[in-house]
Amino acid sequence: MTRSLKIVVLAKQVPDTRNVGKDAMTEQGTVNRAALPAIFNPEDLHALELALRLKDNNPGTTINLLTMGPSRAADIVREGLFRGADGGVLLTDRKFAGADTLATSYAISCAINKLNPDLIIAGRQAIDGDTAQVGPQVAEKLGLPQITYAEEVLSYENNEITVRRRLEHGVETVKGKLPLVITVNASAPTCRPRNAKQLMKYKHAKTLSEINSQNNDYTEFCQSKDYLNITEWGANDIDGDEEQFGLKGSPTKVKKIENVVFQAKESKKLSEADPEIESLMKELIANHTIG
Amino acid sequence: MANFYSDNKDLKFHLEHPLMKKIVELKEKGFIDKDKYDYAPVNHEDALDSYDKVLEIIGDICGNIIAPNAESVDHEGPEVINGHVKYARGTQENHEALIKAGLYGMSLPREYGGLNFSMVPYVMAAELVSRADAGFGNIWGLQDCAETIHEFASKDIKDEYLPRVVKGETCSMDLTEPDAGSDLQSVMLKATWNEERGVWLLNGVKRFITNGDADIKLVLARSEEGTKDARGLSYFVYDKRCECVKVRRIENKLGIKGSPTCELVFTNAPAKLVGERKLGLIKYVMSLMNGARLGVGAQSVGICEAACREAQKYANERAQFGKIIINFPAVYELLTVMKAKLHGSRSLLYETSRYVDLYKAYGFIAEDRKLTAEERTEQKNAQKAADFFTPLVKLFSSEYSNQLAYDSLQIHGGSGFMKDYPIERIYRDARITTIYEGTSQLQVVAAIRGITTGLALSKIREYESSPFKPEHEYMQKQLVEMTNAYEEAVTKVTSVADVEYVDFHARRLVEMAGHIIMSYLLLIDAQRNDDYALSADVFLKYAASENNLRYSYIMNFDAKDLGLFKHITKESVPV
Repeated sequence: MTRSLKIVVLAKQVPDTRNVGKDAMTEQGTVNRAALPAIFNPEDLHALELALRLKDNNPGTTINLLTMGPSRAADIVREGLFRGADGGVLLTDRKFAGADTLATSYAISCAINKLNPDLIIAGRQAIDGDTAQVGPQVAEKLGLPQITYAEEVLSYENNEITVRRRLEHGVETVKGKLPLVITVNASAPTCRPRNAKQLMKYKHAKTLSEINSQNNDYTEFCQSKDYLNITEWGANDIDGDEEQFGLKGSPTKVKKIENVVFQAKESKKLSEADPEIESLMKELIANHTIG
Repeated sequence: MANFYSDNKDLKFHLEHPLMKKIVELKEKGFIDKDKYDYAPVNHEDALDSYDKVLEIIGDICGNIIAPNAESVDHEGPEVINGHVKYARGTQENHEALIKAGLYGMSLPREYGGLNFSMVPYVMAAELVSRADAGFGNIWGLQDCAETIHEFASKDIKDEYLPRVVKGETCSMDLTEPDAGSDLQSVMLKATWNEERGVWLLNGVKRFITNGDADIKLVLARSEEGTKDARGLSYFVYDKRCECVKVRRIENKLGIKGSPTCELVFTNAPAKLVGERKLGLIKYVMSLMNGARLGVGAQSVGICEAACREAQKYANERAQFGKIIINFPAVYELLTVMKAKLHGSRSLLYETSRYVDLYKAYGFIAEDRKLTAEERTEQKNAQKAADFFTPLVKLFSSEYSNQLAYDSLQIHGGSGFMKDYPIERIYRDARITTIYEGTSQLQVVAAIRGITTGLALSKIREYESSPFKPEHEYMQKQLVEMTNAYEEAVTKVTSVADVEYVDFHARRLVEMAGHIIMSYLLLIDAQRNDDYALSADVFLKYAASENNLRYSYIMNFDAKDLGLFKHITKESVPV
C-alpha cells in the first residue's frame, strides 16, 4: 500500500562552473561568484525530479525545498516551486557564512529536525565543491540510514523504499526503511521543465527580507497570500549550537589553491598503425576511460 | 542551454506592442479571474510578465528537448501498430515535456484548466515549437481544435473534452477524403443518427489526416442523406477510447516525417454533434481553418527563423578563396534579403494575431453582456481585417519558408544537400506549408476579395497616415508611389468584366498588396525600434522591384492574351 510522503529536497545555489572563463577565480584563490551565473546545482535538480515522481505516484505527497545561502538563494526555492514543489525554506544568516561541509550539514540537519520529513533527497554533490559530503553527513547527524548514488526509485511500499544505485561497475538495488536520506546521481532522469501555472502562481513569491529590501508593487499582494511567503530561517530559528555554525564550526581550512595546467609530457604520440591504436583502446577500456 | 525565446529579441518586441495592453484587458475581462485562480494576472503588466516567462519555458523546451530530438524523429518517424499510431521516441519525449510544463490548452479559459493566453503569445509558442521541429509543431498545434470546441460546442461537450486537452490529450481535424481535398464540400463520410443509442454513427474513410490517431477528433461528415454540397455537412467530435476508428496506414512523406499523416477507417464510430447540424463546413470548419492557417503561418515563420540561423551560421564558418563566405556579395545579399523576408512575414503574423485577438475577445465578452455600438464596430473591423490578413500571412510566410529554406541550403552548397546539416530536413519540412490548410492558390482566392472590395487599400491608407520619423519619410514616399501603381493595376484588372481575367491576375494583385503591407509594418516597427529600419529598407527595395514586375506584367497584358495560357487546356494528354 502506498501513502503520501513528506519529502525535503536539499538544493544548493552554485556558480555555474561548467563554463569557466579566465576570471572564475579571485587572486585569493576563492571562487569569483560575480563572474559566474548562479544556478540550481545540476544534481539537485535530479533529486527534485526523483521527489516529483514520488509525488506523481503518491497523491498527497508534499515537497519542501531546503537551501542554505545568501538572500538571493531564494531563487532556488522559487525554481523548485516553478517545477512542482509545494514550499521551501531558505536558511540564511551571517552566522552560517564560511561553512564547510561539516557546519553546513549541521545547520541543515537542525532545520530538517524542524520539518520532520519522511524522506530527504539531495543531489550527490555540488559542482562548486565536488565533495559529495553534505548528504551523507546530514544522514549521520540525523541518525538516519542513507542510500547514495541513487538513479531511480523502483518502489515505495510498506514504509520501505527500493532504489537503484548507479555505481562505477554496474547497478545495485537496495531497500531502505523510512525515514532515510537519498543522494542522487546525474544519471537519474533530467528534471522536468518549469510548469506554466506553477510559475504564474509563484512568480511573486518572496522571502521577508526580499519584501523589505525591494520596492515592489506586489508587496501587498504577496503579503495577502500565504503561499507567496517563502520561509526564511536564521540561526535563531533552528535549534542548534551556534558554535557549530558557519566558519566557527568549520574545521576545514583551505591552505592553498593552485592552477593545474596539463603539460604536453602527459600526452602520447601514436602512429597510424592498427596495433598501436588497438593497444590504446585496450588501455582505455582497462582504466575505464571508455566502455 | 539554448533558449529559443530569449535568443530572439523579435518576439519580445512584438509582445511589447502598444496594442497588447488593450488585448490583455479584453482577454482578461478586466482581470475578473484574479481572486478565483492563483495563476491569473492582477493587471496587464502582470499578464505580460506571465506571457514573457511562460514563453521562456517554451523557448527552453524547444532549445533543449525538441530541437535536439528533431533529427532522430525525422529518421525514426511514427509507425502503425494494431490500427494505432506509435510516435517516434523523441516525439513522445517532446509531448511529455510540454504536458509537464502545462503548455496544452494555452488559449483556453481557466475554468477548463487553460492558461487563458491571448493569440499573440500562443502564436509565438507555435512559432518557437516549429523552429525547433516543424513536424512536431503540428502535433502540439492541433490543440487549436479545442478553440473550435470552446467556441461552438455545447456545454456538455466543452466540460467533457476541454479539460482533457489541457491534460495533454492530442487532437486532430478530420476533413480530407480521397475525393475531397481542396473541395471539402464533396466530403462523403456518413453520419447517421442512431435513435437507440442516442448517438451519431460515423462510417467511411478519411485520408491525409495529420495526427489521425489523436485522442480527440473533430470530424466533418455528411449528416443529411441525399445532399451533395456543403449544406449537408455537420461537425462531430469523436473519442478515441471508443475504438471504432482504425489507422489503415501512414503516408511516407517528403517532410514533417515525425507528424503521422493517416488514412482512417470509421466503422460505426459513435460521435457527438458540435454546434448545429448543416453548419459543419460553412461555419465551424471555416473558423477552424482560419485558426489552422494562422498556425501554418506561425509554423512557416518558425521555419524561416531556423533556415536563416542555419545559413548565417554556416556562412560565418565556411571559408573559401581565403575568406569566410559571408563576405561575398552574393552571399551577404542573399542572407540580408532572407532576414528581411523573415522580419516582414513575422510582422504580418503578429499584426494578424492582434486582429484575431481583438475580435475573438469581443466575441467572448458579448456572451456576458451586450457590446456597445463602438465595441461592435471595432469587433467588426478587426474581424474583417483578420479575415483578409489570415490568408495573406499563410500565403507569404509559407512561400517565404520555402524560399528561405532553398536559399539557406544554397548557402550551404554541397554540404546542404547531405544529411549532415539540419537544413536538409528544414528544406523538406518547409515544402508542405504552401500546400496544406489550403494551397497558396486557395489563399489567393480567399484574399482577392479584400483587394476587389478595397479593404486592402483602406488598410494601406491607414498605415500610410501613421506618424513616421523624418529620416524615414523617403521610404514612406516610395510606398505611396507603390500604392498608386497598385491601385492602377487593380483598376485595370477589375475594369475587365471577366471573372476569369481577375482570377488570372489575382495572385499578382494580392502579392502587390502584401508587399506594400509588409513594408509598412516593418516601417512602423522601425518607429518603435531603430533596429527594424534596416529590414524595412531592404524589404522595401525587394518589394518595389517585385511590384514593378507585376505592374508591368499587368499593364502590358491584353485581355485576349489569356488565350495564350488557356491553349494548354485543349492539348490532349496521353493516357
